[in-house]
Amino acid sequence: MAVALGAAMLLGTMTAASAATLPTAQVNTTGLAVTDTTVKVGILHSTTGTMAISETGSVEAEKLAIEQINAMGGILGRKIEIIQEDGASDWPTFAEKAKKLLENDKVAAVFGCWTSASRKAVLPVFEKDNGLLYYPTFYEGLEESKNVFYTGQEATQQILAGLDWASRELDAKTFYLVGSDYIWPRTSMKIARKHIENVLKGTVVGEEYYPLGSTQFGSLINKIKLKKPDLVFGAVVGGSNVAWFKQLNAAGLTFKKQPMLTISVTEDEVLGIGGENVEGLYSSMKYFQSLDLPGNKSFIDAFKKKWGADSVIGDVTESGYLGPWLWLRAVEAAKSFDVDKVVAASPGIEWEDSPHGYLKVDKNHHLWMKTRIGEWQKDGQVKIVYESDVIKPDPFPAGYQ
Amino acid sequence: MDGYSASELANIFAMQAFAGVSLFSVFVLMALGLAIIFGQMGVINMAHGEFLTIGAYSTVMMSILAEKYMPSFLPYYFIFAIVVAFIVAFGIGYLVEFLMIRHLYRRPLDTLLATWGLSLIMQQIFRSAFGAREVSATLPEWLMGSWQPIEGVDIPINGLFVLALTAFLSLAVFIFLFRSRWGLKVRATTQNRLMAGAVGISTPMVDRITFALGCGIAGVAGAAFTTIASTGPTSGSLYIVDTFLVVVFGGAGSLLGTFASAFSIAQAQSVMEFFMSGSMAKVLTLLTVIIILMIRPEGLFSVKVRK
Repeated sequence: MAVALGAAMLLGTMTAASAATLPTAQVNTTGLAVTDTTVKVGILHSTTGTMAISETGSVEAEKLAIEQINAMGGILGRKIEIIQEDGASDWPTFAEKAKKLLENDKVAAVFGCWTSASRKAVLPVFEKDNGLLYYPTFYEGLEESKNVFYTGQEATQQILAGLDWASRELDAKTFYLVGSDYIWPRTSMKIARKHIENVLKGTVVGEEYYPLGSTQFGSLINKIKLKKPDLVFGAVVGGSNVAWFKQLNAAGLTFKKQPMLTISVTEDEVLGIGGENVEGLYSSMKYFQSLDLPGNKSFIDAFKKKWGADSVIGDVTESGYLGPWLWLRAVEAAKSFDVDKVVAASPGIEWEDSPHGYLKVDKNHHLWMKTRIGEWQKDGQVKIVYESDVIKPDPFPAGYQ
Repeated sequence: MDGYSASELANIFAMQAFAGVSLFSVFVLMALGLAIIFGQMGVINMAHGEFLTIGAYSTVMMSILAEKYMPSFLPYYFIFAIVVAFIVAFGIGYLVEFLMIRHLYRRPLDTLLATWGLSLIMQQIFRSAFGAREVSATLPEWLMGSWQPIEGVDIPINGLFVLALTAFLSLAVFIFLFRSRWGLKVRATTQNRLMAGAVGISTPMVDRITFALGCGIAGVAGAAFTTIASTGPTSGSLYIVDTFLVVVFGGAGSLLGTFASAFSIAQAQSVMEFFMSGSMAKVLTLLTVIIILMIRPEGLFSVKVRK
């Protein structure tokens, strides 16, 4: 090793490629699973149980990114080896597997978790063992940890731009808020209500939560028909989502008659709901598969090549893809796998042509990104009707708590 | 409810009434199979939801086949899909009874564990076979949209369809159980297994057919639910709690009780959903059911049997 380093120095070519020659003892001072030729990372998602539906896309994207990084010569000259663990849609299992990845396998980074509940379950483990987690889902905010990077949107990035747009373009004054009954929709709706009442000076004419997995929305649809809000703002998730849109449609409440903006519908959900049931619906996201950007085109091509031509890619899948690349940049900037050094090197990392365009890592470990409003078409893709400026992440929004 | 015109309120009232009836038909559909298995045979079948899923996946498969090979057949495939769903679920129910349930009739608690294990196994099989993502059957045009009897009233057609199917199935089950020779044997076995055996009824065969029939009906329910929601490996398990609730509340063993309980729970829930939030309505419904069950542990309609 010392010989190799000496040779590199003699040649005087300390470029990124020759960073490969950095000795393991130097890039890894904390006993992580790094050898001269490999580095181990963990992927921790549910591949069984009820959340497997949603988390499969993230696993695929993370594996794709890692494969591409390896094809480019790896990270600091070392090939990435994946250790995949299954959280089985069970939060204590997530914590247990996180502990296994960090304490037994000594992985240098973990890409994983999907629900807020699973993230909250592993957080103490990552903080105690000083691990590194890249978390891909858009979530409710109100969290910031040294050991976690959040590659999805926090609540305000998704909600505020969307509501501002609806108020301006659809002239919405009255709003009806509908969500599934757990932390993410409730926190999101709280932020939405404050924004509607204090900033947009509109009225919330109804706010409703239905249990997860609920499939009967007849009464709710009648209430919406009676109140005739200018906009229904929705965060219904999972299997309920499908029932909700099918029933809206069956009840004659098309989105032409009743405009609706949602923060929970991506291409993945539309696959189950059916394009004809969401035609005209608006979604507020950072990424849509139909985004016409060079970074997106190559991402989609690679994804389809690896995972099949009829794959669909939603917002969270794309967030999963960002994780390994952001880690690569941070590690190369830090010239080390040590978690403390990688964390220190992360803020300020910029990526011009990510699949959803420009992004930047903030000091608060969230990403600067644009918000887009997409209008769903019959074919299950969106037409982008609005694109915001790059929005600074604000996980603890003042005045919204 | 100020500021709304009388006709608007009348329209909403009509649609709300239909929402209640629609929920009632969904409850009956999912509880009917279990009412036969749990009510008549006393088997706690935790895998009942998975038989719903089997029916749903059969329908999805049929829709894919129809789309691929016989596009002109697409408008009518749904009726056949329901029949196929019944046959597939009936067949698998028959097998499950033969391989597992019949060894456990004398051990009700073990049945509970075994069928729960079976439900987990089946969920993972669905996940491996059909993928973790939720899928939807392509619905024929005539099942979509709404029927407008008068201006301002929209009655969902899929709701009407589920209602009609429920009525048909209930009638069929009634005729089977109370007007056919097989039904006579089933009821005789339920009332007194030893005596039924003594007069020459093959009770193991009756058990097998009854169990398979309950599963087949669950399959039909699953096929019908593809018009309402999507299908995933765990879709069926969403219904299991409500299903048991309806059967237990109605009084195990009484089919009439199942209907009465489905009707009261559906109406209570849909009316309360209108005046408060969905989660709150659910909580209040469950609370009411618990209180009534505390007063009448045997459920609404109890069958008097010699213990």
